Amino acid sequence: MLESKVAAVNDDWAIEVEALVKTYAGNPPVEAVRGIDLKIGRGECFGVLGPNGAGKTTTIEILEGILNATSGIVKIFGMEWGRDDRKLREHIGVSLQETELSEKLTVHETLTLFRSFYSSGISVAEAIARVGLQDKANVWVKKLSGGQKQRLAVATAIVGDPQLIFLDEPTTGLDPVSRRQLWEIIRGFTDSGRTVLLTTHYMDEAERLCDRIAIIDAGRVIAEDTPSNLIRSLGPQQRIEVTWEGTWMESERGEVSRIPGAESVIHSSQGLTLCVDEPHRVLPELMSLLTRSQVALSNIATRHATLEDVFVNLTGRHLLESDESGWGAKR
Amino acid sequence: MSNSQNSPQDRVLHPIFAVTVTRVREFIRQPEAVFWVYVFPLLMIFVLGLAFRSQGPAPLEIDLVDSAGAEQVKQWLAADSDVTWKEVSGEESRRRLRTGQSLLAVKLQDTAAGRIEYLFAPDRPEARALRNEIDQRLQLAAGRSDTLTTTDQHVQESGGRYIDFLVPGLIGMGLMGGGLWGVGFAIVDLRIRKLLKRFLATPMRPADFLAGIMISRMLFMVPEILLMFVFSWLLFGVSIHGSWLLLTGLVLLGAVQFSGIGLLVASRCKTLEAASGLMNLVMLPMWTLCGIFFSWKKFPEVLHPLIQLLPLTPLIDSLRGVVNDGAGIDELWPQVLLIVGWALTSFVIALSIFRWRDN
Repeated sequence: MLESKVAAVNDDWAIEVEALVKTYAGNPPVEAVRGIDLKIGRGECFGVLGPNGAGKTTTIEILEGILNATSGIVKIFGMEWGRDDRKLREHIGVSLQETELSEKLTVHETLTLFRSFYSSGISVAEAIARVGLQDKANVWVKKLSGGQKQRLAVATAIVGDPQLIFLDEPTTGLDPVSRRQLWEIIRGFTDSGRTVLLTTHYMDEAERLCDRIAIIDAGRVIAEDTPSNLIRSLGPQQRIEVTWEGTWMESERGEVSRIPGAESVIHSSQGLTLCVDEPHRVLPELMSLLTRSQVALSNIATRHATLEDVFVNLTGRHLLESDESGWGAKR
Repeated sequence: MSNSQNSPQDRVLHPIFAVTVTRVREFIRQPEAVFWVYVFPLLMIFVLGLAFRSQGPAPLEIDLVDSAGAEQVKQWLAADSDVTWKEVSGEESRRRLRTGQSLLAVKLQDTAAGRIEYLFAPDRPEARALRNEIDQRLQLAAGRSDTLTTTDQHVQESGGRYIDFLVPGLIGMGLMGGGLWGVGFAIVDLRIRKLLKRFLATPMRPADFLAGIMISRMLFMVPEILLMFVFSWLLFGVSIHGSWLLLTGLVLLGAVQFSGIGLLVASRCKTLEAASGLMNLVMLPMWTLCGIFFSWKKFPEVLHPLIQLLPLTPLIDSLRGVVNDGAGIDELWPQVLLIVGWALTSFVIALSIFRWRDN
């Protein structure tokens, strides 16, 4: 069964997207996706990263074939929606945002239903085992925790033994332990050579889990590469963050950027971030400057640059700030 | 990750069967749904059957006014066991007439002359009937002889009582509610929970899904209708005069018809409020107009053609035809045709405008 599925799929790319546009009718019309190009290879774990309202869900739902694009080309394993729908659906697994599975069915019953829709797949018991819900197999969905529900949603996506799974914000709202459990499940899936496309607004998740990511903002891809390349593209790889209470003179802020080795400085109202390559050379100067100015220091920290810095660098905003900045409401 | 074999105890179900089983499980795990579908109709039959039960011919009650001839009247009426009387004074009899405690007061002024006086309200038909009945009896007892020979035959088969009229009406009502709630509401609920969308992302065939929903609805309906018949037969002796086969066919047809209408109502609704509003809009006129509790013929004649076209009317009329009158398909075909028409129309429209996804 497995071999037949693989044989039926004979294109180099798992997903190809060209000039994808989605405009929701309305007054005014909402341009959710404004021309996206993507190529995702087989066996890749690809992350679509961006703030709420950036167009992540719209994009992934078009790729899943449950939303029509306004224009553009989408190919999944070389097949297109509208022509090969049933065949395509046999090969993909989907976990949507905000699906409420029936509360009065057990885990096993829920998966039995989903399994019945696929002509081939893994057994319900195996799907339950892969997401580690063996203890909950006969428990009503109502009694599951948020993380367990999310694992069940992933189980419904893999019960048809797909070559490609789409996970729309699989870990949003979960506690750290549940998030890590889900990461393990997703890694297990990519380790077996399957392709994963996930959306997230957690930078650390994308960084740890994904082979490549596309950062999208306001319906466009603003960067696409491996997480390490994206971070490397920033230049200096280390960050020194300083925050304080009260005010600090503009002139003293200016002195910081003159410290040798401080490649650039990002200012915020209550602090600043220095982009450096060698923190040990910059820190002594910074310390003496801080001491001289007698500022009420509240925190000083050094860290490696992250995808968050990439996003800030590209947009001038933080991801979480963007959550409140009203970038288009969720549909 | 390589094991794609199905363990033998984990058989893969056919999607139609899987959807059906799922629906049945969800249904029986909702006590309130079970109450409305199974218990509530029986309560209706019980309460309404009790309130409107027929108690056989009531005794004829009259007031006998205290007078010289009262004893004579008593003698004349003594042979009639179904006449009871209360002896009252002239003043008392007027008060009782006025307050509606009695319908008729009888007064024999003079035994020798045989002058009888009846006191009653002429605008009350039952008072006039009682006056004529008592007059008849007294005249005969006093020696009048009739010129025509008459015999009375009392017809008292089950089928003519209110409960016999009511049960097919309630069954029609149950089929309507079941179709609209069991199919319409269930689908809107799935849409709101984004499950319809989630199912669409699987290779599930929409036809399999809809078939599962329909079959599960039929499964809930069978015990519902059987219970109603058995209950009303045990409690009130309601019996079915016509063909069981035809009755079964009509019930199934009615269920299919209202599943189609339920599907139509659900085809576009995005919120439960919109769905409940639309369902009430569909059901309320039929509750009042289509003859569940009383014949639709009591409405003004201009409305009759309209009422007869509503989907519930032909269903209840034909159910009544089979249950109460033993009618066959030769008489009921116009109604059957209308039901089939409604079923086909609603399914075709519902499927062509049905919204599986959001955009």
